[in-house]
Amino acid sequence: MGKYIVRRLLQMIPVIILSTFLIYAMVFAMPGDPTAGKCGERPCPAAYVEKFNEKYHLDDPLPVQYGYYAKNVLQGDFGENQYGNSVAEELGERFTVTGKLAVMALVFEGVIGIIAGVLAGLRKGGFIDNLVLISTLFVISVPIFVVGFAARYFLGLKWGIFPALASGKDPSFYSLIMPAMVLGSTSLAYIARLMRTNIAENIKSDYVRTAKAKGLSPKRIIGIHTLRNSMIPVITFMGYDFGALLGGAIVTEGIFNIMGVGGYIFTGIRNRDGIAVVGAVTALVIVYLVMNLIVDLLYGALDPRISND
Amino acid sequence: MAVASISAIALLATACGGDSDSDSTSGGGGAGGEIKAGGCNPENPLVAGNTAETCGGDVLDVLTAKLVHYNPETAEPENDIAESIDTDDNQNFTVKIKKGYKFHDGTEVKAKNFVDAWNYTAFGPNGQQGGYFFEPFEGYDKVSDPKSKVKELSGLKVVDDYTFTIKTSEKVSNLPLRLGYTAFAPQPDSFFDDPEAFGKKPVAAGPYKFDSWDENSSIVVSKFDDYAGDFGGQADKITFQIFQDADAEYTALQAGEIDVVRQIPASALIDDKFKSDLGEGRYLEKENSTLQFIGMNYHVTPELKNVKVRQAISMAIDRPTIVKQIFNGAMTPATGWVSPIVDGYKEGACGEYCTYNPEKAKQLLKEGGGFKGKLTLTYNGDGGHKEWTEAVCNSVNKAIGIDCVATPAVDFKTMLTKLGEDELKGMFRMGWVMDYPSIENYLAPIYGKGAGSNYYGYDNADFQAKMKEAGAAETPEEANKLYQEAEGMIAKEFTTIPTWYGKTIIGWSERVGDVQATPFGSPDLAAMTVKE
Repeated sequence: MGKYIVRRLLQMIPVIILSTFLIYAMVFAMPGDPTAGKCGERPCPAAYVEKFNEKYHLDDPLPVQYGYYAKNVLQGDFGENQYGNSVAEELGERFTVTGKLAVMALVFEGVIGIIAGVLAGLRKGGFIDNLVLISTLFVISVPIFVVGFAARYFLGLKWGIFPALASGKDPSFYSLIMPAMVLGSTSLAYIARLMRTNIAENIKSDYVRTAKAKGLSPKRIIGIHTLRNSMIPVITFMGYDFGALLGGAIVTEGIFNIMGVGGYIFTGIRNRDGIAVVGAVTALVIVYLVMNLIVDLLYGALDPRISND
Repeated sequence: MAVASISAIALLATACGGDSDSDSTSGGGGAGGEIKAGGCNPENPLVAGNTAETCGGDVLDVLTAKLVHYNPETAEPENDIAESIDTDDNQNFTVKIKKGYKFHDGTEVKAKNFVDAWNYTAFGPNGQQGGYFFEPFEGYDKVSDPKSKVKELSGLKVVDDYTFTIKTSEKVSNLPLRLGYTAFAPQPDSFFDDPEAFGKKPVAAGPYKFDSWDENSSIVVSKFDDYAGDFGGQADKITFQIFQDADAEYTALQAGEIDVVRQIPASALIDDKFKSDLGEGRYLEKENSTLQFIGMNYHVTPELKNVKVRQAISMAIDRPTIVKQIFNGAMTPATGWVSPIVDGYKEGACGEYCTYNPEKAKQLLKEGGGFKGKLTLTYNGDGGHKEWTEAVCNSVNKAIGIDCVATPAVDFKTMLTKLGEDELKGMFRMGWVMDYPSIENYLAPIYGKGAGSNYYGYDNADFQAKMKEAGAAETPEEANKLYQEAEGMIAKEFTTIPTWYGKTIIGWSERVGDVQATPFGSPDLAAMTVKE
C-alpha cells in the first residue's frame, strides 16, 4: 500500500509540469495584448506598456518566460499577479472560502443524492422512483445560473430565508448554505440517478441472491452487500466532482459574490493575468490528482477484490 | 488667514450638525455615520498618477484633494487647494496654494509636493498610466520617453513653499480646468521612498484618510479630522465593499448590505425595473461624459469619402429605438460630438443628420454616389458591443439598403493596431470618456493632428488653427465659442458619426441622503449623508 502511494505521488510530478506548461503557453499565447483595455478607452501609454512587458518578461520567447516562472515556483514562489499581490497568498484565502463551499456542496449532494437514489432503486417504478426521476431531470435540464438567480431572488431577497449574498473573505456557514445547495444541485441529480441504477442492478445480481438464500436479514443485504458495491461509481463521481467544485464554481460564486477560486480564475483570464491563472490552475491540478489518489484508495476499502498492490 | 477662519467656521458649523445617533464611532464631527458603498477591486496600487480605471478612481476620489474640485452638479471647476491660478498669456501659469492643507500623515501640503508628484508621473521609466495628462507641459517630450534620463519637466518651477509656476509648450487656455483630475493630486514626501508600498497604504490630502484594504473584500476610509478644505466629507466612515459584478452589487443594495451602487445592472434596467425595486427618490439618472461614436477610415474605404454617404449612414441609424431596445434606456441619442455635461457644450451640433430619416438618407446616399459591396462595422469583442453594433447595422441596412455587417476584433488593442496599419476597412466603434470637463477634451485628443486618440488620420489645417486660437483665447467664454466653431468643422466634414451619450444611473438605500453623481459618473460619496 505504502509503495503504491509513493509510486502514485511520483507519477504526479511530470503531470504537474506538463499541465502547467500547457496552461502557461495557452494563457500567454492568447491573441491580443495583456495591457489592452487596462487604461480605459484609450491605449496605455508606451512607457506603461514597456514597464509592464519588462516586469512579466513578455518580450522574451515563451519557453524563457516559462523558465522564469518555473524557477520561482520551484522555490515556492507563485509570483505576483498584475495587482502586485502574492498569488500564493490570494489563493490560500480563496481556497479557504471555496473549500468550505465545496465541502458543504459535496455533503449536501452526497447525503441527499445517495438516500434518494437508494430509495428509488429499491422500489423501481414506484412513487418515490418516479418522483426522483422527474425532479432530477428537472434539475439537470435547468441551467445552474437560472437556479442560482431564482434562489437568490426568492429565498434571499423576497422571503429572506437565507442571506442573498455571501460576500467577503470569510462568509458565515449560514450564508453559504444556499450557494452550496445551488452548487450541489446538478451533481445531486447525477448521484441520485447513478445510485438508483446501481442499486436496481445489483439487487438482481448473484451475490445478493446468495445472501438472500443464506437467510441474511434484508437490512444486511441492502446496507452492507448491495450498497457497498453500488457506491464505487458514486465515489468516483464524487471524487471528480470535488475537484470540479473547487475550480468550476465560476457561475455560482459570481451570483452570490463569493470571493473564491472560480471567480479568481475567471477575472484572471479576463484580465490576461497569466501568473494568477497559472498559479490557480496548478493548485487545481494538484487537487485533482490527490482526489484521484484518494478515490483509488477508497475502492480497496469498498471492494476487497480491487487491490492496489 | 482668510482660509483659516473659513475652515474654523466650517468646523463649528459641522460640529453643531453632528447630531447623529446612529453607529457613529469616531468623534470627527460632521453628519457622522457610516456609508457602505459598492466597489470593485482596484487594478493597480492606489497611486493617483497610475490609476486610470474607476475601481481605484472611486477610492482615490475621496482620499485625494487636488488644486481644483469639480462641482458634482454642474461640473464647473472650483478652487480646492489652489488659492489662485493666474495667467496673462495662457502659457505661463502661476499657481498659489492655500496654507494649512495637510496630508494624512500630518505634513503640510506645499508647492513642491505638486511639482515632485507631477514630475514622477510624467517620467517615462516610471510607467504611470496617467503620464499623458502632462502632455501640454513644457519638456514633456523629453521626460516621457520610456528610456528617458531627464527626470524633471522644464515647465514646472517651485517659487516658494506656496507658489509654483507651470509653463506649457503651447497656449492652453483651459489648463486650470484640467487640474482637478486625480493624476494631478499632490504626493507627500513619503511617497517617493517606496511608491509600490505606498500604493497599498496611500496618504493624500483629501477629506478621507485610508484605513485598510482587505484584498478582494473591502477598502475602508475614515474622515480626516485635519482636513482644511471646503469639500469635506459628511459620513465618518466609508466602506467600499468589493463586488464581482454589478448584479451582485445591486442585490446587496436590495438586501440592505450596502447603501449605494455605482451602476444599475442591465437586468434591472429592463422596463425600468429598478424604479419599482428602489422606489421614488432612491435613484438618479443623469447624462455622463461618455460619448459613443462610429469612426471611419475613409482613406481606406473610398466609398465613404463623400460626406453625403457618411451623413446618409448617420441618418439611417434609428438612435432612439436602439437606445430603448438594446440599452434599455441607459443611453441618450447623441446630437453632437461633445457631451452635454461639459463646459462649452452646444446643443444640436449634428443638426438633422443625427435624426432618423430613411427618405432623406436614401436621397443623400444617391447624391453621394451610393455604396457598393459590404460595409463592415468593427467592434472590440472584449467590451460587450456586439448587440448595439448589430442593431446599428440592421438599421442602416433596413433604411438605405447598404449591406452592413458588425464584425468583431479580438480586443480593443487589436482593433487599434489594425487601424494604425490601415488594415481596417469600413467603420469601427469608438468611445470617449472625458479626462476633464471641457469641450476641448472632446476635440483635441481625437481630431488634433497626430493626437493620441486620432485614429482616423484626421488632419485639417483650419481645425488646427482654430484649436490653437481657442487655446490662446482671453476668456473661457471666448475659448468655448472658438472650440464650438472647431466642432462645427468636424460636423461639416462629418469625420465621425456620433451615436449616443452615456447615462449615469445610480441607486441608494433609505439610510443615505444628499446623493449626487460626480461629473465622472460615480456617486459623490464625500457629500453623502447618513440619515439615521
